[in-house]
Amino acid sequence: MADRLSLALTTLLLALVLLVLPALAPARAAVKIQEVTSDGGVTAWLVEDYTVPIVAVRFAFTGGSVQDPAGKEGLSNLMTGLFDEGAGDLDADAFQERLDEVGAEMSFDARRDAVYGSMRMLAEEREAAFDLLRLAVTQPRFDAGPIERIRAQIVTGIQRDMRDPNVLGRDQFARALYGDHPYARRTDGTAESLAGLTAEDLRALHARTFARGNLSVAVVGAIDADALKVELDRVFGDLPAEPRLDPVEKARLNLAQEVRYAYPLPQATLQLVYPGLERDDPGFFAAFLMNHMLGGGTFSSRLFDEVREKRGLAYGVGSSLVTSDYSDMLVIGTSTRADRAQEALAVIRDVVREVADSGVSEEELARAKTYLVGAYAINNLDSSSSVARTLVELQKDKRGIDYIERRAALIEAVTLDEVKAAAQRLLTTEPAVLVIGPEGGEAAGAGKDG
Amino acid sequence: MDVIRDFSLRAALAAGLLAAASAPLHAEDAPQIDSFSLDNGLQVVVIPDRRAPIVTHMLWYKVGSADEDPGKSGIAHFFEHLMFKGTANHGPGEFSARVAEVGGRENAFTSYDYTAYYQQVAPQVLPDMMAFEADRMTNLVLTEEVIAPERDVIIEERNSRVENDPGSLLSEEVSATLYQNHPYRIPVIGWMHEIEKLNRDDAIDFYRRYYAANNAVLVVAGDVDAASVRELAEATYGKVPRGPDLPPRVRPTEPEQNTRRTVTLVDERVGVPSFSKRWVVPSYTTGEGREAEALDLLAEVLGGGVRSRIYQELVVRRGIASSAMAYYQSTALDDTMFMVMGSPRGEATIADVEKAIDAEIAKIATDGVGEEELEKAKKRFVRSMIFARDEQDGMARIYGSTLTTGGTVEDIAGWPERIRAVTAGDVKAAAVRWLDERRAVAGYLLPKE
Repeated sequence: MADRLSLALTTLLLALVLLVLPALAPARAAVKIQEVTSDGGVTAWLVEDYTVPIVAVRFAFTGGSVQDPAGKEGLSNLMTGLFDEGAGDLDADAFQERLDEVGAEMSFDARRDAVYGSMRMLAEEREAAFDLLRLAVTQPRFDAGPIERIRAQIVTGIQRDMRDPNVLGRDQFARALYGDHPYARRTDGTAESLAGLTAEDLRALHARTFARGNLSVAVVGAIDADALKVELDRVFGDLPAEPRLDPVEKARLNLAQEVRYAYPLPQATLQLVYPGLERDDPGFFAAFLMNHMLGGGTFSSRLFDEVREKRGLAYGVGSSLVTSDYSDMLVIGTSTRADRAQEALAVIRDVVREVADSGVSEEELARAKTYLVGAYAINNLDSSSSVARTLVELQKDKRGIDYIERRAALIEAVTLDEVKAAAQRLLTTEPAVLVIGPEGGEAAGAGKDG
Repeated sequence: MDVIRDFSLRAALAAGLLAAASAPLHAEDAPQIDSFSLDNGLQVVVIPDRRAPIVTHMLWYKVGSADEDPGKSGIAHFFEHLMFKGTANHGPGEFSARVAEVGGRENAFTSYDYTAYYQQVAPQVLPDMMAFEADRMTNLVLTEEVIAPERDVIIEERNSRVENDPGSLLSEEVSATLYQNHPYRIPVIGWMHEIEKLNRDDAIDFYRRYYAANNAVLVVAGDVDAASVRELAEATYGKVPRGPDLPPRVRPTEPEQNTRRTVTLVDERVGVPSFSKRWVVPSYTTGEGREAEALDLLAEVLGGGVRSRIYQELVVRRGIASSAMAYYQSTALDDTMFMVMGSPRGEATIADVEKAIDAEIAKIATDGVGEEELEKAKKRFVRSMIFARDEQDGMARIYGSTLTTGGTVEDIAGWPERIRAVTAGDVKAAAVRWLDERRAVAGYLLPKE
């Protein structure tokens, strides 16, 4: 298992070389993944490397902010702010002091579908760092003082957002798109919902969502499999075997509508939401390639060419295929001069129609394939943290440890007809459209004063 | 195509870099950095990192917005965009198409003192990248047709980064007040009314004056070795003739500053007020002795993170701020900026936050910093150096930005020792000398009430 990835990567990269170049010494290193399972049954994907004396750890508990009970929105997010504010016998100050002393950096992040944790540590302080991680993950204190402080910081952030038209517009759009579904909610909650959260709420959420059964772990750096097994049991061994997650329904997207958030701004923000498809859908890779040609590349795509390059309508324009646990979509986004917003919208719709009606060329498809196969390493494997992040996602989504090797073949296999079918399947539905900008699309100075 | 953000570089620089052999923390030897120059004056730095088959290829020009002619603000950044529009040998978009073809990543950015172009690709593609980059160093072709649409693009970029963000609008005008004469007072992206008038002649003039091998630094990091890079560089960049000598980079300097100034923006889009205060201070290039290192550590102790003075006092103990930090913009060719900032929470006001931050600065000016506190700050710096070695493009940026702002490879290697040598007395002296309330510039971002 260990060598397959490195061989595959080297092979695919060499296959891309269109120029014969003798001058460079051959690439020595590559990424090898080991699946490591501890005596206690905790599994992690490990990439062992001793070049830089650090260890990067990344993990995820499936669940996320959709698990926040109704009326307690923001609970997961508040919880993630408190893991370094006291654990075990160490209060907030003692814990942070100790973290600083051992030279480790720790952070947690609540997203819609999962709660993530990361730690970066110096190799020579590994054990002390893992021990702090153990405390944070299994015995967070949720003391009153830190709860008040972190809550107040989050509320300040919400207050800041409440006057920001770009945030408010997007929030309104989310509610229109998702209706009653938890995806309509903000992960950080509201001032009202946060006010009511208690330490008991936090403990209850922690107890039911942090378990070995919904855990994915990736570790990259200066540690071997045997040592890692010990640390996995140390950090995660005491967690319950299974989580108790509330069932969540698939979201039904309300497309075919236009949401306008009127605000005098010099620049208008546009979003178009089309249906997507599930990650496991047999047509996924065709859609993935189609999206790349439509608006996925940095400096080349249909949208980039028509909206920015030819017409100078925008600085940023692009599309993404978004697959979440409970909904899927293809999203096109851009920001344009407010008095040209309607023009930009029309150009975008023309590009979409063109791709849906006529598909793409063989040449475009070949270029997209080459790019997407070759870019994977550069975009996802360029630092220990980046590798760890990528491996956690693959593990969590059950792609398989050999995914990176299989991926190239899956991309290569897509045909022109399949791309056209994907375009017709996703792009012929009337989208949901968001426009944040001045009424009637005129440019305006922002609400400056004083 | 990025206008550089101050903070990204601070993080990179605070990461310092390459641990010198004397770093006590670990047994690993730091990778060997090689540097040499070609006959045409191009400086080359090679930073090996053999862990993954990726190479970062960066070309840095020693020109930025602070070198622009008066009235032509934004030309350095606009020109950066125009560098992608094709040469005599390769049509518009051909370089980018080649990068995309091999799954590479590319971008460029402009700052006050430098402009950089980079790609991340598999090592086998490096010769191609060098060939393309060397080609556009002197063979760019700019037709009238590309100018107007791209000018519209940078106008939208300015709209999205500045006009659409009250905090950025304020920050721009605070800078214009902080520096009373030096061109750091002018935003890198340029003033809107001057951007709108930039034309093809401006671009060509700028190109001819500044884009030359003897005004550039090549940094290659990743799965490479120095010998191969040298051979490839000679074969590509080495063929570009040396340009004329450039005049020394002398910018208008600051006059003596004697006033305390305030800048205020009231905007409907502001939900929570925030406050900042800035001073002009020496940079790593202009600082004498260990002044810059002392300022760097002062920023860390005062407001570098959750263990810092202002965070602990304002956010944790007194609960009057939701955020509070200090920042030293260390890498600059000329005198630079030191900043503190904070945002109130609950019932507290901006005045409360300002007063409390001022008090923390005064405490250090009077009583200095503790030995243990200073040691911890130094340890954090050295540790972040080790973490920085994990990211090849971060390392490349550190070398590129240092070498284009008057620093050397030796300066980078010697940094950990200089940091260790800073005394508590140095830090106190820096606070007394440089963070003088009587010449501070305060910025207030206020909601409309």
